[in-house]
Amino acid sequence: MIDVITGTLNEVAKYIIPAMLVGIPLYALAVKKVKVYEVFVVGAKDGFTIAVRIIPYLVAILVAVGMFRASGSLDLLLRALTPFLNLIGFPPENLPLALMRPLSGSGSLGLLTDLVNEHGADSMPAKIGATMFGSSETTFYVIAVYFGSVGIMRSRHAIPAGLIADAVGALAAVYFCLLLLS
Amino acid sequence: MLNYIWFGMMAAAVVVGIFTGRIEAVTEAAIDMAKTAVTISIGLIGIMALWLGIMKIAEESGLIRIIARALKPITVRLFPDVPADHPAMGSIVLNMSANMLGLGNAATPLGLKAMEELQELNPHKDTASNAMVMFLAINTSSVQLILPATVVALMGGVASQVFIPTILATLCSTIAAIVSVKVLERRKRFALPETAVEEDTGREGDET
Repeated sequence: MIDVITGTLNEVAKYIIPAMLVGIPLYALAVKKVKVYEVFVVGAKDGFTIAVRIIPYLVAILVAVGMFRASGSLDLLLRALTPFLNLIGFPPENLPLALMRPLSGSGSLGLLTDLVNEHGADSMPAKIGATMFGSSETTFYVIAVYFGSVGIMRSRHAIPAGLIADAVGALAAVYFCLLLLS
Repeated sequence: MLNYIWFGMMAAAVVVGIFTGRIEAVTEAAIDMAKTAVTISIGLIGIMALWLGIMKIAEESGLIRIIARALKPITVRLFPDVPADHPAMGSIVLNMSANMLGLGNAATPLGLKAMEELQELNPHKDTASNAMVMFLAINTSSVQLILPATVVALMGGVASQVFIPTILATLCSTIAAIVSVKVLERRKRFALPETAVEEDTGREGDET
């Protein structure tokens, strides 16, 4: 049953981008008589400016995250948090991924790959890891890129709110997997 | 906030790096990541141009306004500061839909378009508005209906087992995001600065 749903959704997903690329200009051209080619080019021009504008923000965030990862600070943080997490029943194998997820997309994908290779795709740590990976975003990257694109310096409560949501998501991933898959 | 986190991460990296003997790796990571940041940004140009072009067509033809109006009952509650039929609402809805469908490539340009439109409504250009923070929080915890292709590739047949836990977990984190934004935005330490108009009159008073 679930296989059918996920299969169908993934099948439908294949057609969404082509449908948008053709459907939007079709509607504009046929219904509203928009000069689609000219309008496209006007919009596309902004692509360059926005991509270039985010460079300094992205350099700042990625350098800090990269240094933090390379130094082994994450292991230290891990060791400090372990007693507390044992208390609430959080599986220690999944902790590195939970901490890495908001910081780095490629780093957390690497950790998920490790979990699958070490325990097998059918194991609980791998399933929890996949759920964690699929259920959240690289918070720091998104904040840097999105705020950077419009020159926002003061992020106010964006980081605390994002991290609270990440923590809740990680805990939910653990408990739903244990509840539904074991 | 970002000032302390940014500096804290680099300072911790250097101190820990010295003790663990990985200081060279830390230096290397800093230089590598600076290059990676530029590679990512430059790589975005083409995709950004494609989607922003298509979005411009959607905007000119009134499609964005139609979409914004359709989801008005939800969006006006989440973004009370944004006028209900403002183009920003349309871009926000499109970005969320792209995220739900796992279309990462399309989601980023749509999201940046939404940020630009929210910035037009923002009276303090260097400070995030309430609507921006809400948008980002929902975005980073976004409900996904389709598993990321990387997860499917890694997990193989087991991937479909994590489908329901993934949806439930994103639902929880999205609710947590919305609640914490609403609670935190009222706290004094995250308050918006005084309005620009008041600041200006204050300065004039001092001068005279």
